[in-house]
Amino acid sequence: MRNPPTLLSLAIDSAVINFCRISDLSFVPEHILLELFVGKVFLRFFIKVVQSDCIRDVTATGTIEVEIVNPERMSQVIIKDDEVDIVIGALQSDLTSFMEAWRPMFSRFHLIIVKDPDLKEELKIPGGFNLNLYTKSDMDKVVGLSSTKDSKGELTDAVAQHITNLTTPATPFFFNTLYDPFSEGTDFVRGYPFSLRSGVECGLSCGLWLNLADYDAPTQALKPSARNSRYVDAVLTVPARAMLPLSGINIAFNNELIGPALLPAFRLAKEGKFRWETVEDIWTGMCAKVVCDHLRLGVKSGLPYVWRQERGSAVESLKKEWEGVQLMEEVVPFFQSVRLSEAAVTAEDCVAEIAASVTEQLGRANPMFARAAEIMVEWIKLWKQVRSQ
Amino acid sequence: MAASRSSTPVLKDELDIVIPTIRNLDFLEMWRPFFQPYHLIIVQDGDPSKTIKVPDGFDYELYNRIDINRILGPKANCISFKDSACRCFGYMVSKKKLTRDSLECLIAIVPIDLQYVFVDMIGNFACKTMNLGKYFIVDLTSLQSKDPTHADALCSANKYPSNRKGLLSPLFPKNWFRIFIESFIDMQVAKDPSGKEINALEQHIKNLLSPSTPFFFNTLYDPYCEGTDFVRGYPFSLREGVPTAVSHGLWLNIPDYDAPTQLVKPRERNTRYEQALYPNSTFAAFSVQDTDHIYIYSFLRYVDAVMTVPKGTLFPMCGMNLAFDRELIGPAMYFGLMGDGQPIGRYDDMWAGWCTKVICDHLGLGVKTGLPYIWHSKASNPFVNLKKEYKGIYWQEELIPFFQSVTIPKDCTTVQKCYIELSKQVKAKLGKVDDYFNKLADAMVTWIDAWDELNPSGSSGKLPNGAAK
Repeated sequence: MRNPPTLLSLAIDSAVINFCRISDLSFVPEHILLELFVGKVFLRFFIKVVQSDCIRDVTATGTIEVEIVNPERMSQVIIKDDEVDIVIGALQSDLTSFMEAWRPMFSRFHLIIVKDPDLKEELKIPGGFNLNLYTKSDMDKVVGLSSTKDSKGELTDAVAQHITNLTTPATPFFFNTLYDPFSEGTDFVRGYPFSLRSGVECGLSCGLWLNLADYDAPTQALKPSARNSRYVDAVLTVPARAMLPLSGINIAFNNELIGPALLPAFRLAKEGKFRWETVEDIWTGMCAKVVCDHLRLGVKSGLPYVWRQERGSAVESLKKEWEGVQLMEEVVPFFQSVRLSEAAVTAEDCVAEIAASVTEQLGRANPMFARAAEIMVEWIKLWKQVRSQ
Repeated sequence: MAASRSSTPVLKDELDIVIPTIRNLDFLEMWRPFFQPYHLIIVQDGDPSKTIKVPDGFDYELYNRIDINRILGPKANCISFKDSACRCFGYMVSKKKLTRDSLECLIAIVPIDLQYVFVDMIGNFACKTMNLGKYFIVDLTSLQSKDPTHADALCSANKYPSNRKGLLSPLFPKNWFRIFIESFIDMQVAKDPSGKEINALEQHIKNLLSPSTPFFFNTLYDPYCEGTDFVRGYPFSLREGVPTAVSHGLWLNIPDYDAPTQLVKPRERNTRYEQALYPNSTFAAFSVQDTDHIYIYSFLRYVDAVMTVPKGTLFPMCGMNLAFDRELIGPAMYFGLMGDGQPIGRYDDMWAGWCTKVICDHLGLGVKTGLPYIWHSKASNPFVNLKKEYKGIYWQEELIPFFQSVTIPKDCTTVQKCYIELSKQVKAKLGKVDDYFNKLADAMVTWIDAWDELNPSGSSGKLPNGAAK
């Protein structure tokens, strides 16, 4: 049924593998180019090439003029650098070593540095970055991290991985046992319904941490020498209606789609500066997940990893009040059961509805929840205001 | 071969291994070190007059079609013929708590193959000064012949470094994934601090004996594994977990794709890269860094994690590398009517998986997926597969919404009751998709009758305290 391979087809096979390294295809005979681009086996590859903006001209007559404009871009995901902002929260004044370590990854992008309002000293920031510095409003906490080195001592690019996660589809409605089917070398497994294989847009990408994992204070105090050395080479979509603990460390999100939901609204009375003395990101994460589930967006978890250094003392933190942990027990059933109306079609609408439910169901029992709901409502107002300018 | 140092119980008297087969079982030789302690249940499909040869030294019982007919009588029609779905008969007659499924096309898990190579390579190293930072490349597919000199010959034929000389190869791309085989080294050369197990069977046992967490997703995956825990924000009230009913393992090398995907991507291996350098082989490179650690760089996508599939989420359950707790979920492991005389094939495990997951969700039991990996070496013919599957490909579009929306009443507190309830709903809602589902619904009832008849004490399917929802 299948003919044995010819020398021509073997040559074509080998050419395809090395395709992206060839910058000038003019020497290739037309009929071979046609085989390459029109043959079904390479259709997927073709689509990738076309989408990557590398083909100058595709005519309808069946002849194709191809000029590979930028060979390197063929294997990259297409997000323009000016579509990415990196937000850095400055909790300490000297950012020099942190920024130098991340320079290779950050220098292409625009940075937004937000200074902790309680920080008195001036920030020390090295030159050569395109950045805006803000000293008020809340931010994602990134300080205390460095990028992971792989076995060869090369830095893994966390930003690139987050971009990949956000720009490939997510699959929240059916679990793929080979994890992210849009990665290289993998696909949907047998039994995965075809109608669900195009996936949905990804709104949020949650990365993980090596060395110091994001454990809470009790766990950290019990196991002070525990280090996370297990590198799990996977990204997966967190299924719809499954809640997860969102860590504010190492996340990326699609601002257009779910920006309004990423607000740390839930502040503890005695909240501390160290990560395990807060729960605002956990609260935010559950809001964001509810929003994504309702709007049929995906949330991915897994790669990239960042390497976390030691900071603070878990036992000291334990001595402080960690009522947040107790409070979170109450909110989990709430988030697992909250349902939004059909009328909520944007993230702003969803957040407003969640805030209303929070006030109604949780706010009466504890004023901290009522306050959180107020903050969320204010934030939405601010968001709309700023955005409309 | 030295026995691996293990803190996981062997569970010799509590585990059966079920093997559906149509051929002689010579492949068991390769599994001998891992399977020999256990009792095997062999279900012989196809022509019952043929004698299946089982290597010596195994403790087994064998059932062919004639036995199945004799034992089940008129109920035997629920057991498929000429399809691996017949394996569920083995589950029914097992008397043990845990069951592990093992299809004959499995050759060995990656570490076993590598181990064979290592005996040779380590022998060389042990008597020489260690040269640090050297790389060795071995063609893993050649190890099917279990002859390292064959691997050697392949290396030199392809003009890349032989596994004895250790030359650094510039061919390999930079981001290899590193598998750290620690207990393996423990067996041969050096001591290892963590003693990580890589025995597939032991990993399944570990998965089944530790709890699952279906109600909240832990971003560091299975929190009961060594070296990991619940992350900040994980509700303390949910940290005890629930009993695990199913452990679903994965496969390296040939992935479990359906026919259309196989046709489009005949060469894909479960790899980190779109195409391995030499498409019909899968390679690993070994680097000796110091006397304690040997790093194995591999194209293989080995995801070092086990995780619980969250409640309310369905997944495609592959029967190739499956273990489950018979007492908790056994009656739900019915693989349907497939094969000879049926309009569909290659959906047996899918069907069992969807039913099982729905029942586990209802009863508050956990399903884990991920480790262990096994090495899948035999790719089936995609055209034959397409013929078997194509109805399934259309039908699953109806089946998925059905399973996603099915609700089981609160008074169904045993697996059998849930299953009978499911069969009623299958008849009511899927009967109109095709008459096949009416027959399947009847077969589901027959299965439960047969199960209860062969397992009369009522000890299987009993609910752990307080888990009904």
